[in-house]
Amino acid sequence: MGLLDSSGDLSAEMEVDAFRRLFPLRYYERHLAESIRPDGRPLGRARDTTVALGAVSSADGSALAKIGSTTMLAAIKMEVMTPSAESPDEGCIAIEFHMPPICSPIVRPGRPAEAAVVVSKQLSDTILSSGMIDLKELALVSGKAAWMAYLDIYCLDADGALFDAALLSAVAAFSHCKHLSPFLIVPTSYTLLLSLIHVSARYSLAVQIPVVSVNDKGKIVAFTEEGDGRKLEKEAVNKEKIKLTLGSIPFSLTCALHKKYILADPTSEEESIMETLVTVVMDSSDRLVSFYKPGGPALAYTSLVTDCVALTRHRMKELEKILDEAFSGMEVD
Amino acid sequence: METDRKDGRTPNQLRPLKCSRNILHRAHGSASWSQGETKVLAAVYGPKAGTKKNEDPEKACIEVIWKPKTGQIGKAEKECEMIMKKTIQSICLLTINPNTTTSVIVQVVNDDGALLPCAINAACAALVDAGIPLKHLAVAICCCVAEEGSVVLDPTNVIEFVFGQQMRGFAYLVFPNSALSALPEGSYLVNGEPLEHGIITSVTHGVMSVDEYLKCVDRGRAACAKLSGFLRNSLQKSQFPSDTSSKAA
Repeated sequence: MGLLDSSGDLSAEMEVDAFRRLFPLRYYERHLAESIRPDGRPLGRARDTTVALGAVSSADGSALAKIGSTTMLAAIKMEVMTPSAESPDEGCIAIEFHMPPICSPIVRPGRPAEAAVVVSKQLSDTILSSGMIDLKELALVSGKAAWMAYLDIYCLDADGALFDAALLSAVAAFSHCKHLSPFLIVPTSYTLLLSLIHVSARYSLAVQIPVVSVNDKGKIVAFTEEGDGRKLEKEAVNKEKIKLTLGSIPFSLTCALHKKYILADPTSEEESIMETLVTVVMDSSDRLVSFYKPGGPALAYTSLVTDCVALTRHRMKELEKILDEAFSGMEVD
Repeated sequence: METDRKDGRTPNQLRPLKCSRNILHRAHGSASWSQGETKVLAAVYGPKAGTKKNEDPEKACIEVIWKPKTGQIGKAEKECEMIMKKTIQSICLLTINPNTTTSVIVQVVNDDGALLPCAINAACAALVDAGIPLKHLAVAICCCVAEEGSVVLDPTNVIEFVFGQQMRGFAYLVFPNSALSALPEGSYLVNGEPLEHGIITSVTHGVMSVDEYLKCVDRGRAACAKLSGFLRNSLQKSQFPSDTSSKAA
């Protein structure tokens, strides 16, 4: 880099776009000195966020979340499986984050992007340690059957703050997710029947989970509609769908640190220039679920930690409002 | 209320530390670091010519390979690799050898709690052994938050999950090492705080309140100052393969 002169730099002589490409850091610093970013946002403001529930009709719960241009699609499928021996009363959640090549020019088919693996692990850790889902609620028959929720999140457009958008879509999908209420029918003396009523899509948004039962050998089999001769109190059964009760919901905010500036919700361009990122996850009872700073040239002093936490609290209120609106919009339909 | 730990340590006491350098003769730099039963071996090869595909050729590139003790490489190992890579990138002077790659290979010998901090300490000692130019060293510690809010340093796996009180959460913190300088006090301050108060890396698991986290950071800093002293001592000893150990109290 030959031209070191900062006051008489080339900005007067070349086009803005060229300057942005050639000297990205100086371009940003010129903006930061005026406390604004190139897209017009003040330093502490996040991009426009929207959440749409029920984007995937075949899934048990789904949501599409957009933060600025970053788009995440989350879908939940629920399956019955046998719980593990160490926790016979608990269900299970499997979280997978995918970055298909559509989302970004740096992702190629075949090799999963490094970011995908890390965000996937971070998401599982955050969702499981925040206590949002009580795994005991997913249990059906102790030791024999429990729900397993497969949460898949697809990144459709990667433009910075991937973890934030992924967490938001996961939370929205879980709050949209409905599963059927299980009940134990009075069995004949030789079998233990576990039936899940098939709720018609005519009068609800709910899922269509096939009726399953546990036969003599302990295997889960599909239950045919015509009935198989066993006593079934189909009419008296509780036809309600049960929503997953969510504990305290985690919300996150990613900030980029550069010298003494904190930029909330960076775009992918900002992330690549300012290499230090901090992700703060807080839940609705004001507890810190995660403070994640994976290295980076800028160091985080105590004042910076408290500033990031304050920005996250502010963002949490915005996100709670957005989720509430999305949810009440869904109910009306 | 003082928590009495299973191995008789006070909450602020670290496990016995051991650091050896130059143990692998083919590697350009190597070190082993153990804290109590947790032991990690780190080797450094580099700088080698060329950078990896998507990396900036104007800077040196750091590559970290994490080898677990047993089992296949999965997401947890990839995450550890990414965290270590970013931590090491922040302490290396990347502009000195542009367009080169330095590989750091971490082999877990035994895992008994606080594995990632142990690995970062080992990698740092290995980098010094290899002679890679660094801005400062990185010292890492694990702090645990117990049920009633007290902070416990350097937990073992047993204490984390089995011992009487359930640990609510823990944090891995990495700080720069404390500086020993001939210059007067004020010259190293950044925003009024000395350089070693800044957090290079922080990874938390479990839920805690913001105040508890800040308490962890304070205790972590104090412990890292002691760790820095130990690291400086052990690195200053002779270059021939030697074992140095100390019980940090």
